[in-house]
Amino acid sequence: MTPENNATVRGTAVRRPIEHFVADFDETPLHATDKVKEDHVPLSLWGEAWRNLRRQPLFLLSAFLIFVVIVVCLFPGLFSQIDPTSEACQLANSDGVPAGGHPLGYTQQGCDVFARVIYGTRSSVTVGLFTTIGVVIFGGIMGALAGYYGGWVDAVLARINDIFFALPLILGAIVMMQLPVFRTNRNVWSLVLILIIFGWPQISRITRGAVIEVRNADFVTAARSLGVSRFRSLMRHVLPNSLAPIIVVATISLGTFIVAESTLSFLGIGLPPSVMSWGNDIQSAQASLRSNPMPLIYPAIALSITVLSFIMLGDALRDALDPKARKR
Amino acid sequence: MSSAVQVREQGADVERPLLEIKDLAINFRTSNGDVNAVRNAHLTVMPGETVAIVGESGSGKSTTALAAIGLLPTNGRVAGGQILFDGEDISNASEKRMIELRGSHIGMVPQDPMSNLNPVWKIGFQVRETLKANGLPSGPDDVANVLSQAGLPDAGRRAKQYPHEFSGGMRQRALIAIGLSCQPRLLIADEPTSALDVTVQRQILDHLETMTTELGTAVLLITHDLGLAAERADKVVVMYRGQVVEAGPSLELLRNPRHPYTQRLVSSAPSLASRRIQVAKEQGVESSDLLAPTEPVVVEEALPEDVLKVQDLTKVFKLRGALGKSTDFTAVDNVSFSVKRGTTTAIVGESGSGKSTVAQMVLNLLTPTSGKIVFDGVDTSTLNSKQLFGFRRRVQPIFQDPYGSLDPMYNIFRTIEEPLRTHKVGNKASREKKVRELLDQVALPQSAMQRYPNELSGGQRQRVAIARALALDPEVIICDEAVSALDVLVQAQVLNLLADLQSNLGLTYLFITHDLAVVRQIADHVCVMEKGKLVETGSTDDVFDSPQQDYTKALLNAIPGAQLMLPPEVA
Amino acid sequence: MAWYILRRFLQLVPVFLGATLLVYFLVFSLPGDPIVALFGDKPVNEAVAAQLRAQYNLDQPFWIQYLLYLKSIFTFDLGLDFTGREIATVLGEVFPVTARLAVMALIFEAVFGIVFGLIAGLRKGKLFDATVLVASLIVIGIPIFVLGFLLQFFIGVQLGWAKPTVSSAATVQDLILPAMVLGLGSFAYVLRLTRTSVIENMSADYVRTATAKGLSRGRVVRVHILRNSLIPVVTFLGADLGSLMGGAIVTEGIFNVPGVGNRLYRAVTSGEGPTVVSIVTVLVLIYCVSNLLVDLLYAWLDPRIRYDS
Repeated sequence: MTPENNATVRGTAVRRPIEHFVADFDETPLHATDKVKEDHVPLSLWGEAWRNLRRQPLFLLSAFLIFVVIVVCLFPGLFSQIDPTSEACQLANSDGVPAGGHPLGYTQQGCDVFARVIYGTRSSVTVGLFTTIGVVIFGGIMGALAGYYGGWVDAVLARINDIFFALPLILGAIVMMQLPVFRTNRNVWSLVLILIIFGWPQISRITRGAVIEVRNADFVTAARSLGVSRFRSLMRHVLPNSLAPIIVVATISLGTFIVAESTLSFLGIGLPPSVMSWGNDIQSAQASLRSNPMPLIYPAIALSITVLSFIMLGDALRDALDPKARKR
Repeated sequence: MSSAVQVREQGADVERPLLEIKDLAINFRTSNGDVNAVRNAHLTVMPGETVAIVGESGSGKSTTALAAIGLLPTNGRVAGGQILFDGEDISNASEKRMIELRGSHIGMVPQDPMSNLNPVWKIGFQVRETLKANGLPSGPDDVANVLSQAGLPDAGRRAKQYPHEFSGGMRQRALIAIGLSCQPRLLIADEPTSALDVTVQRQILDHLETMTTELGTAVLLITHDLGLAAERADKVVVMYRGQVVEAGPSLELLRNPRHPYTQRLVSSAPSLASRRIQVAKEQGVESSDLLAPTEPVVVEEALPEDVLKVQDLTKVFKLRGALGKSTDFTAVDNVSFSVKRGTTTAIVGESGSGKSTVAQMVLNLLTPTSGKIVFDGVDTSTLNSKQLFGFRRRVQPIFQDPYGSLDPMYNIFRTIEEPLRTHKVGNKASREKKVRELLDQVALPQSAMQRYPNELSGGQRQRVAIARALALDPEVIICDEAVSALDVLVQAQVLNLLADLQSNLGLTYLFITHDLAVVRQIADHVCVMEKGKLVETGSTDDVFDSPQQDYTKALLNAIPGAQLMLPPEVA
Repeated sequence: MAWYILRRFLQLVPVFLGATLLVYFLVFSLPGDPIVALFGDKPVNEAVAAQLRAQYNLDQPFWIQYLLYLKSIFTFDLGLDFTGREIATVLGEVFPVTARLAVMALIFEAVFGIVFGLIAGLRKGKLFDATVLVASLIVIGIPIFVLGFLLQFFIGVQLGWAKPTVSSAATVQDLILPAMVLGLGSFAYVLRLTRTSVIENMSADYVRTATAKGLSRGRVVRVHILRNSLIPVVTFLGADLGSLMGGAIVTEGIFNVPGVGNRLYRAVTSGEGPTVVSIVTVLVLIYCVSNLLVDLLYAWLDPRIRYDS
């Protein structure tokens, strides 16, 4: 039975006339097939992401907070002229209540809480920032190599990755900070080094995943068949297209590393007590928590707001850079 | 039970439409305000009737059909008009009422069999819950019965398997079983076979037709393929940009389209192009901008010589199996063919035939297990890295997915300039001039130069990909399903462009495709592949007019609407 | 299936060996003598030091030390700590406490995280969703020791709803507050993971098909949306058990819980190398086992894995 016969059979079974309708040509004008839209300025992916970002209140809030934190970090003198170092503190002021010029009161050692919060910003942010830079460079390279070259390179790097995953960040850092060699050289840079050693696997794993996803895209194959070398297509095509998730995770990690620094300092094995940091201040305020909780609360608030703004920024970036949200 | 009996039994209701859509308007809420997806849509489906909605992507055909079963996406809503199901307006019916109607009164067969079955539940479970939800007996025998009626062999055992253990065609049968399991009066079939190979497509549509005729079910068929619509439906409704532009009896519409859009669609439908030309000429239909010349244009100085020779090509992949054992999978098995300069050779086959693997090996992106590829007299496996670099200049690919083949970070200028820079051709100014020329050649405005791929449509991106492939003045272009992802009209334009470029530049094409209709339109020679083997090869006319192999015949028979597209006196 | 589990198991062997080797190397072979460090500021008694070195095989080459150490692990003969107690006995005291704490934290984060995440996902963009999202960000943003102090101070001390510190028996009741603090960070993460996963599944084709079959909303949510969304959540929870046990140091410090973290912290600060290495080894072992459990869970939840060989 040919389809045409088939249709006829069906037609007779139902026996029902079908009207031939044609829409008014004026109401349904033909458009040129596949015309290039020229009614807006060209917009790169980053441009589009930026346009999405600018409209997000979460982004605006976190960007403003991070801006403030960075200014405090660079120019603490703009905010407080009081010397917050322990030598300058007077025990006469111990646990003093807020007074003119000292809005947040005094610590048990008689130091100005506001000034210590302001001057403690720098070490926390420095550790967070440089750890993130180190982790992105080291973890990024490891992940990109594993993802792009695959095979045994990937297998070996993946196992190394797993080994470091088995040792959580804080656990590993605690063990290392207590080693004789680090016990005698405790400073911002040794802390950064240790956090990089135990913090890189996450970025590495994210980069590997992103690179594998892009590696098989047709545009990479197209570049290879144009004669672009393997390494060059990694640098020019694969990496730029894998950046979005790396940026998101790195931003959030910056917050995590600030937490890690303060946690270690809080445990008394991070930055030495001579370095002003929020973690150290929280630790020293712990003893007088029940009588005078304020010296603990204020650095905790500063710490939380800083960490929160990086995490919020990461969240906003994730929404703006989400490939699924991109128009195809 | 024949449909005639069924219709008579319903007595007085016969002439009341089962589904009537009147002045339907559907809006989508987006970040840029409301978008009108459908306007003034109207259509009627009588009981037992099959109606097809035809249109390109974004025409609103699926949206209209989904509105009829109350499954618009969350940001969509009916903004005006009525949807009458058996006389009841359901355009704003409560969710409770819709749940009553779905399954037992209105069924659905979705588009993509791969994503429409829940991967974590057994097939039988997914059938059983449908029966249960609609108050039907749902024992193991009932489930097996439903599945076997949809043509699934060994249904009792199959019901205990998971979707990933099914092939695409079997999954689609399971979905048809689910859609018809509660014997609904209306079945909405949204591109039910467009994800399947043509031969499977035909079997499944035949089976669906038999089942719905037996049950007296009315079908609302959504498709992009005019030939398929005309072959399967009593009535065809053509939608364009959210509006119904023409509706009528399918054959009448196909032979005597009256709206300019339908006329365009009919003349661009790739089914059997060469015959269509004759018909079009007789009727004086203006078709110059639609059709590619089917005769090859032989470049003056070069006598047809074999620019590309493939000899005994074999590719074996090692699949890692259990306990470290690896099994061999022969993707390409002893394939030989040659391509003459300035002509188009098509490799046709269904998914898994190995046709794309052949393309990858010809492009020297994959090393053959055995056999050789000779390009312009040189065995390509012997090339050193410098010679390979030169080879890359002369053989260029165009890929299927116009979304994936352009780097989203590169603007159009950088994309087209990349090959020139890689091969250190000219200086900055001369490269820019060349890019402008190339854009002209592929009929894109120069203003597109600063744009990014995400701002262009699929057809435009494919033009950019063609421009990039042409940048180095190659001799051979490998088109791997280069037009499969495009809408019919855009596809016709791009094919036309490729044919023009061939006659102007003397290009040689190796065209990899699953679509026989496209082959007929563009190719001089055809190689038919099945499961890694070359089953038939010859000139396009020979293969189409007198196919020698059963597989080729089956493929040709499966082209939807093939017979219908002939003028009446020939058929 | 069996092959899949075997393969995952074989992959964990190098992880276990590598991680213990790394820790052993860090503790015993980096510059600086752990035995000398033990004496602190006191003058070193060479005779005692030599005896200690022999006791911990520190006079042997590094590889021999490590192999002897591995042997001692598998024979449960972990030696004595610096106070003269069997390390194995000490571990037997502290690990059950931390395990109880971690399991309680896990139950807390699973129940609340999944429930809130599911509701937020189903009501995407509504007020509840927005509130929960901001709240979860704040919870993630505030460091655990700050949260711990705040909760201890307000709930434990000011309001007196729960005990601010833990008795040496560490009963379930004692551990409620510490378990909440320990689980809070992961709770926010589980919530967000569930929410994202639910939103993704809600727009999946098979959910639309399930609705088109005439299923009730409740059944679509339970059988199709929730069931599929749980796959990534359950795998996260499984892996989190190991992290919770290893990450309990801060929480145990604040609430004075007599668990692994407390003991480890004391061992680290007093430079008891063998105890540190023993505890970390057991933690790594727990990490490996919980990862293997995750793989089993994953295969159980997702049939595609089960048959993939």
